[in-house]
Amino acid sequence: MQRRNVLLWISAALVYLFLYLPLVLVVVFSFNDSRLNAEWVGFTWKWYGKLFHNQEMLTAAMNSLIIASVSVVVATVLGTLAGLAMEQSRQRLLQMLVLAPIAMPEILMGVSLLVLFIMVNMTLGLLSIILAHITFCIGFVALAVQARISSMDPGLVEAARDLGASPWRCFREITLPLLMPGILAGALMAFTLSIDDFVITFFTAGVGSSTLPLQIYSMVKLAVTPEVNAVSTLLMLLTLVVITVASRLSPAVFRGE
Amino acid sequence: MEITELLEIVDVSRHFNAFVALDKVSLHIEAGEFFTLLGPSGCGKTTLLRLIAGFDQPDGGDILLDGKSILAAPPERRPLHTIFQNYALFPHMTVAENIAFPLRMAGIAKKEIKARVAQALEDVRLPDKARHYPDALSGGQKQRIAIARALVNRPRLLLLDEPLSALDAKLREQMQIELINLQKDIGITFIYVTHDQGEALALSHRIAVMDSGKIVQVDVPERLYGFPNSRFVADFIGKCNLLAGLVREQQGDDVIVELDGLGPVHVCRSEAKFAAGSRCALTLRPEKIRIAAAIVKSTDDESHFTGHVHDLLYLGDVTVYIVTLANGLLLEALLANSASGRTNFFEVGDQVEVAWSCDAGHLVLD
Repeated sequence: MQRRNVLLWISAALVYLFLYLPLVLVVVFSFNDSRLNAEWVGFTWKWYGKLFHNQEMLTAAMNSLIIASVSVVVATVLGTLAGLAMEQSRQRLLQMLVLAPIAMPEILMGVSLLVLFIMVNMTLGLLSIILAHITFCIGFVALAVQARISSMDPGLVEAARDLGASPWRCFREITLPLLMPGILAGALMAFTLSIDDFVITFFTAGVGSSTLPLQIYSMVKLAVTPEVNAVSTLLMLLTLVVITVASRLSPAVFRGE
Repeated sequence: MEITELLEIVDVSRHFNAFVALDKVSLHIEAGEFFTLLGPSGCGKTTLLRLIAGFDQPDGGDILLDGKSILAAPPERRPLHTIFQNYALFPHMTVAENIAFPLRMAGIAKKEIKARVAQALEDVRLPDKARHYPDALSGGQKQRIAIARALVNRPRLLLLDEPLSALDAKLREQMQIELINLQKDIGITFIYVTHDQGEALALSHRIAVMDSGKIVQVDVPERLYGFPNSRFVADFIGKCNLLAGLVREQQGDDVIVELDGLGPVHVCRSEAKFAAGSRCALTLRPEKIRIAAAIVKSTDDESHFTGHVHDLLYLGDVTVYIVTLANGLLLEALLANSASGRTNFFEVGDQVEVAWSCDAGHLVLD
């Protein structure tokens, strides 16, 4: 019994090490007072300081924020409606059509969106990226909303109607507030997906619309500099915060219920 | 109390694909009545309630309130409210906000809402719970808040869908008494749905017994219990011995019935007319059967048989004796333990005699 426990602990430790060692290294070297990611020299904030004077980086970060905000807002509205429709119709096909983009290989999404944008003669830029992000964000919001609806007592809607609420007021006063945690969780998930998406963005971006992940990639082509480590650390931190908030709001979504 | 017709249900039918949930149901419910729809699960009682509330539409027939059809009105425009089985309190609103909800929907001024919510909380004796959320309430408290919410804007009609089924036995009895008093005080018509015949008998002015989408019998509790119109009602309401037999002859309200395996018995005060030779069942309530070691036959009006105690159930206040009669028929009889001074009068295997007077049983067609 005791032996088994020790083995379990060791294997668990190895798995966690495998998962998190690369991330830890990035974080550690972002504070390293050396140009090389080889040995620890000393602690410094200077790479973070440099980051905030790197105009290209700041533009890319701004682009990423604009893209994420706009596509999340649009995807949240559409995804919520899709989630409501999915719950009401209970058609398997409809559910699959909404959720398929989640499972679709990103490269496929990227290529097909690119083909479409070229076909309709659209200039690649922020708008094309936003449209692309909306397509894959909708599914996540719909999923989160649907999980919330299916855990909601349908009697509450009937009770509200029974007590004098019109369908619209019932939606506004009962359904929407009760769905809000699911909607927010879906929106936050979509935000993290949008802000660090690389593949689809790569295909749909144009001149001057570089996003943070694209910028990091172009920097890494030369060398993995401590600045890349610093920006990656910040991105990681942002994602972590958002996901934590989202999982607090809607535990069911994250437990896959 | 002046009796006026409030709700009329006319030939209402509802089908779910091939399943007939309601089959041409007609009912009249009077103003101020405590009316109960009673039946086993799947009999259509909840379907009927949902049609009255407006959550569902009938396939045929009409529902009239004060003589006017309400079928075209959506639920929010019907002057009636529902108490749901699980109370359906809004979890994101406080108790006070829950009670204020119907008033807000009706567009009543804020100041008046506040006063009426306070009064409603006072009425259900939970004034200190105003700021609590429903999750923090006990089952009985939730129940009272649901009632307060449903009554705060004085509906014409209150529909209750098995509202006590989630409560434990003791609380249920207490809430039954509260419901009776409440209904008496406010005078609003209640339509109550339950599968619990004891609850129906205790609460209602009138009961409609339903089975397989049809109304079987509508009557006051005492008549339903004493004069069931069918084997189903006799069996469903209270405990009942059902003895099958053949009508031999009827003279006025006296009937001679040849009970299967037992022979002829005399049934008096029969209200219905039976043709000679028709199959029937004698319904005999356990408490109407006399049971003793030896019964001196008092009159010819008494039916009288010998048997053995087959089983007994000691229930404290009473003991139920299952008696096997000569032909193997089982008869259930009840004896109060108040006078015995000991646990049981008889033991399993004892020879006993059972008897019932001619007006103890009630005949139904079989």
